Amino acid sequence: MTKSYEELPLTPISTEPSTINLTGLWRVIRPVVDKEKCKKCKICWKFCPDAAIKLVDGEPVIDLRYCKGCGICAFECPQKCIIMVREDEA
Amino acid sequence: MRTVMTGNYASAYGAKLAKVEVIAAYPITPQTSIVEKLAEFVSTGELRAKFIPVESEHSAMAACIAAETAGARTYTATSSHGLTLMHEVLMWASGARLPIVMTNVSRAMAPPWSVWVDHMDSIAQRDTGWLQFFCESNQEILDTIIMAYKVCESSGVMLPAMVIEDAFILSHTSEPVSVPDQELVNSFLPAYAPEYKIEVGKPMGFGSLVKPDQYMEFRYKAMLGMKEARDRFLSVEQEFKHIFGREYGGLLEHYRCDDAEVVLACAGSVASTAKDVVDSLRARGIRVGLARIRAFRPFPHQEFRALGAKVDGIAVLDRSYTFGAAGAMFTEVKASAYSGQNRPIIKNYIAGLGGRDITPKIIEKVFEDIQLVTKRREEPDVEWVDVAGLPRRWR
Repeated sequence: MTKSYEELPLTPISTEPSTINLTGLWRVIRPVVDKEKCKKCKICWKFCPDAAIKLVDGEPVIDLRYCKGCGICAFECPQKCIIMVREDEA
Repeated sequence: MRTVMTGNYASAYGAKLAKVEVIAAYPITPQTSIVEKLAEFVSTGELRAKFIPVESEHSAMAACIAAETAGARTYTATSSHGLTLMHEVLMWASGARLPIVMTNVSRAMAPPWSVWVDHMDSIAQRDTGWLQFFCESNQEILDTIIMAYKVCESSGVMLPAMVIEDAFILSHTSEPVSVPDQELVNSFLPAYAPEYKIEVGKPMGFGSLVKPDQYMEFRYKAMLGMKEARDRFLSVEQEFKHIFGREYGGLLEHYRCDDAEVVLACAGSVASTAKDVVDSLRARGIRVGLARIRAFRPFPHQEFRALGAKVDGIAVLDRSYTFGAAGAMFTEVKASAYSGQNRPIIKNYIAGLGGRDITPKIIEKVFEDIQLVTKRREEPDVEWVDVAGLPRRWR
């Protein structure tokens, strides 16, 4: 139901941070980390534009709720231990 | 306190008296002495404010937006290329309904490179949703800044305002200025208390994405804010007059317009020269008047419609030119005046670009010309005044 202009604030105000938007829903390919090859250099963690990579005991863990599947982590990984896999094949 | 000061210092004192809490600015000729003075006030402790030196005008406005969103009263000042660099964030300030007040020292746009007076920079921000007030004197600059905060921070308005002073003619020329007592200003202008603001521990997003089903409603509300600004400005000026004893004539100042056959419409410091010319022509029995555009936004449509019903001709002097059209003030004056039954002859004069002097003699000739075209009932072209190489002589 569309709100009347009278019910709206002066400018759109959201009371929840933008983390409410689960941008992982946009993804068609996902990064998969080969833990054997990973050197824990954190480069993927630094480059992720959505802060969707968490470090757990120094190892990258992809937060699939927010990962859009852009592939920057796979591109930047010097070890080439991150590969992008189609969602329907994951 | 009555003292002598430049237009730039009048801006600085206006901001100080309004007790601004955050100033973010970048220097640019001829604005720099405004923020230098404010930096001095902050360093001596005369003004309790945070002064943020930034790396560009875009950042200056962005910092003001952030501070204002956090509930601080903010101020900045710029000029010319600095103002136009801000363009994107000016739109944000108005859309986010942040009542920031800024001085723009109106200066020509390059090339040709110029640091002198011209209204192109201000006029180019016409559609940003800012209130725009053109000033004629240094006293008016100081007073308008204080009034602008009161108008803009009204709950029904909540829009930003630009107070415009002419480069060098006002910015660097000293005039007597009455600096009101801080207590009086405090009684006139209460502390800024917005309905919503960013607070620590209470995350909120401002100016978020909306889908097409709600965008228009927010723009409609901003339109209502600007509409309200019109009435609010008139009432605030009356309140200001009651406390400080000064007023400037609302959105459109009428100077000797009663029984005038033709009037000159213009904005800024040139109005001061034009008033002298009107006086000398009136002394010779010539029925002329001056309509000084104080507010370009909100535009005094009703005032020009009423004026158009009474006079035979209006000369609109623009200190800028909109390529492919005409002077922006002319376009608006004509649209307003022609919405009535009586249609006066309205002619556009482009003059004083890049700091070219608009002398009393030139204004006298503009009055002679508008009388002539009015008598002939001509549909006049836009006339460029005092351009070397054109046949008509203005000097």
